[in-house]
Amino acid sequence: MEALLALIIGVLTACGVYLALRRRTFPVVLGLTFLSYAVNLFLFAMGRLVVGRPPVLSATATGYTDPLPQALVLTAIVISFAMTAFVIMLALKARAELGSDHVDGEGGR
Amino acid sequence: MSLVWLVLTPFLGAALVAAVARLGRSHAAWAAGAVTLLALAWLLPLIPTAFAGSTVLQRVGWLPSAGVDLVFRLDGLGLLFALLILGIGLLVILYARYYLSPRDSMGRFYASLLLFMGAMLGVVLSENLIQLLVFWELTSLASFLLISYWQHRADARNGARMALAVTGAGGLALLAGFLLLGEMVGSYELSALLAAGDVIRAHPFYVPMLALVLLGAFTKSAQFPFHFWLPHAMAAPTPVSAYLHSATMVKAGVFLLARLFPALSGTPEWFWLVTGAGLATLLVGAFTALFKHDLKGLLAYSTISHLGLITALFGIGTPLAAVAGVFHIINHATFKAGLFMAAGIIDHECGTRDMRRINGLWRYMPHTATLAMVAAAAMAGVPLFNGFLSKEMFFAEAVGVSATLAWGWLLPVAVTAAGLFAVAYSLRFIHDVFFNGEPIDLPRTPHEPPRWMKVPVEILVVLCLLVGIFPAQTVEPLLSVAAAGVLQAPTPAHDLAIWHGFSPALWMSLIALVGGVLVYVGRRPLFDLYERRIEPHLDAKAIYEYLLGRLFAFARRLTGWLDTGSLPRLLGLFFLFALILGAAGLASDTVPLTGARALLPVDGISLLATLGLIAAALATVVLHRQRFTALILIGAVGLTVALIFIKFSAPDLALTQLSVEVVTIVLLLLALYFLPQESPAESGTPRRLGDGVLALAAGTGAGLLAWAVLTRPYQTIAGYFLDNSLTGGGGSNVVNVILVDFRGFDTLGEITVLALAGLGIYAMLEHLRLPGPARDPQGRPWDADRHPAIMASFTRLLLPLALLVSLFIFLRGHNLPGGGFIAGLITAVALIMQYLANGVAWTQVRLPGSNMHPLIAAGLAIATVTGLASFAFGHPFLTSTFGHVHWPLVGEFELASAMAFDLGVYLVVVGATLLILIHLGAMHTASHEAPSPTKGDN
Repeated sequence: MEALLALIIGVLTACGVYLALRRRTFPVVLGLTFLSYAVNLFLFAMGRLVVGRPPVLSATATGYTDPLPQALVLTAIVISFAMTAFVIMLALKARAELGSDHVDGEGGR
Repeated sequence: MSLVWLVLTPFLGAALVAAVARLGRSHAAWAAGAVTLLALAWLLPLIPTAFAGSTVLQRVGWLPSAGVDLVFRLDGLGLLFALLILGIGLLVILYARYYLSPRDSMGRFYASLLLFMGAMLGVVLSENLIQLLVFWELTSLASFLLISYWQHRADARNGARMALAVTGAGGLALLAGFLLLGEMVGSYELSALLAAGDVIRAHPFYVPMLALVLLGAFTKSAQFPFHFWLPHAMAAPTPVSAYLHSATMVKAGVFLLARLFPALSGTPEWFWLVTGAGLATLLVGAFTALFKHDLKGLLAYSTISHLGLITALFGIGTPLAAVAGVFHIINHATFKAGLFMAAGIIDHECGTRDMRRINGLWRYMPHTATLAMVAAAAMAGVPLFNGFLSKEMFFAEAVGVSATLAWGWLLPVAVTAAGLFAVAYSLRFIHDVFFNGEPIDLPRTPHEPPRWMKVPVEILVVLCLLVGIFPAQTVEPLLSVAAAGVLQAPTPAHDLAIWHGFSPALWMSLIALVGGVLVYVGRRPLFDLYERRIEPHLDAKAIYEYLLGRLFAFARRLTGWLDTGSLPRLLGLFFLFALILGAAGLASDTVPLTGARALLPVDGISLLATLGLIAAALATVVLHRQRFTALILIGAVGLTVALIFIKFSAPDLALTQLSVEVVTIVLLLLALYFLPQESPAESGTPRRLGDGVLALAAGTGAGLLAWAVLTRPYQTIAGYFLDNSLTGGGGSNVVNVILVDFRGFDTLGEITVLALAGLGIYAMLEHLRLPGPARDPQGRPWDADRHPAIMASFTRLLLPLALLVSLFIFLRGHNLPGGGFIAGLITAVALIMQYLANGVAWTQVRLPGSNMHPLIAAGLAIATVTGLASFAFGHPFLTSTFGHVHWPLVGEFELASAMAFDLGVYLVVVGATLLILIHLGAMHTASHEAPSPTKGDN
């Protein structure tokens, strides 16, 4: 199972890096989204993989997974949303100001 | 704690003075004077202790966990400097009141001056070296502000920048030297350092450490070859020159030599470096001073030369030389501050400082002339003035040490030559300015300055005479205790008498006096020689500017090479370097990649989900030019990530990921409307291949790293959170308790970031107008029915239900998966659905308070106030409390203060999310007119 998650993190990173290197804003935003998936999963993996032991205290539970990476990743997910939103708005603003959605503003009016 | 207050008083006073200055010009001066007197009052009770020879140490815990304290120290040396700083500071404050013109800002001047005073007091009263360095750098900064006080003048700005660059660079070297010193001794406190001289001198790093510390001291005290900044700092108002560039700041360097004297001195390296630099400075300064036509330029080079004299004395290293060094610090401060003030009066009254034009002032201002002549006589080292005494001691020490050296006779010759030039330039100062014919073409007719402008000069001049004639009765006690502070041992027997018999030193003084007069009389050929042969070739400023220019050019080239203004190139470089660093780390590690942790078995569904995710991700990349398709595919990836969280025991993360995914995709869809629907194929095959290789390498690296981590057992600190979540935080959902309680401060920061992102986007979208396409990518017009009735009706029905769910998720969050973040996102999704299905206009009318700014503000305020409330109960920020209440019908219910914090989180999340989406949506509606009135818009 660990191999599967490592593979997923690797694929997401590769996709993110490739898209982030594109020349238009929209694919770059998608690339950043991929990278946040990868980073969030990677941070989550710091707590190792545990099945069926959520960190919710109860009398019947036999054990708990590490809650700390989860708390960190939870806020990271929300912050990645804020970042994605900010970047896409920046892309819109650039389109309006430069007349082009090229990341370096080429080919504008 | 009086020492702490002593240092703090000028800093606090600076703010007071800046505020008081609005009331009137004199108010600022009075306030600054009062602040200085207050600081003196803190010092007075400690003077007897310091005179008794004991060291006062006062300590305030600062970062006790890191072993860093604010420690202040008062011994003889510190006392001498504190008295100089406060005493001369008081005189300068009085003087500046009359010097500054009505156009100059009094508040800014006095506030900067007090800042400097506080920083300087901090330097001389610090026990901890790092703390000393902080104040040291503060003096550089305050000096920058003071030199550039007349900001409209280019020479003031350039002079200030040069002083800051030179002393700042020295400060960096000093920091490195202090760190080495601290490593050697194991402590940064002077008490330990001064007692550990033998350890320091025997250490293999002694020489590099010494060189670094001396760089700091020499740049600050304008020692050759770093002396060139001081003449350019003369662009400062004259009170500043009198205070900083004669009496105090430039003395910080020699103060450091004196302070560390017991720890560093006594080696050949110390002798040669310090004495060498001191002698070179002494000669260069004295020689150059003679040829300066600018009154303040002459005084600046004279100051450089006297600083060299003091440095050379500490370099010689005998206890008596140290006594003489301390003595000359006192004498130079008094006569040079007086001379600067006199020069300021002359400048003030004549409108110029050019000695070729200022002549014969004796007839216009005899009183000022007398004062200046006394001070200049002290500068020249004429008997019965204070400068004579310490210079004689210097000559005697030079003769003493010359006997032990090969070619030692050169030393007395060199110092006599310097003395000779000192006499010559002092004579020039007196003769050129006050006699030598009539003034030439002065902007105004000079006359005596206001009465009170002369008082500070009078006080200083009287001190020069008193010390010069009755040294044993006046300065001896202070000198003794200060010298004992330098040596950290009893002061050696010394005789301050004026008459020592016909010693070599007396003969040297006589030669200097007579020779100086002769040089002045026959100065014409010397001036020709200097102006034709020396000055054009010896311009340290040109070298400085050449080096600075090269540095800037290098920085520009490097930046230009790295950043060509292309994002793909920058990102590519960034990924490449990250890869190189990661690969280097991986390659240098001998530990096997796979760890010892037992692995989980793979099940069929997981395998299927993994394959699905990878397929969707790859499809996104392959089809990324068709943007709409790519967006749908990436949504599938995000949802699978949520499934991964569910699988591995993270229900909170799964809920968050799910709701964030929905909001993100909606947002990107809205934004995509304004962007081209397809990307053009721009990258050629080589570029795509290169990017692909980089991406593949990055993916492999991240995957291997994840594998290495996942297969290793580890120690976690989770036990603490699991144990204390219920008892300490009052909740059984540990993730939520961590968010709102254990790590509540982090969460507060995070929602602040979220709020700022929302506001930033709002600011960006304001006034932004983008044309939207009238047709879809296939060329079909948009459907006239923009808000289909069925969807509109259903979302309206669903709204209360969705809000109820979010309330439920919010309330149970402390104990079961849920909480403010997730509930906020669900509420946001529910409301966005209304906007999407019914239109912005329809929803705005019905949704009260659709302005989201107050909501965000309220959320942040609630979260902060909840945190502050714990202060009221004597707990640290954000300590939570909880209790159980019994509600009728509902039953036992737990109420934690953390829930109020979570409410703040909830409000910020709702507010920021809606703020972003509604504005984008509103832009949408505005971007194109509906083809016809629509049925959906009821």
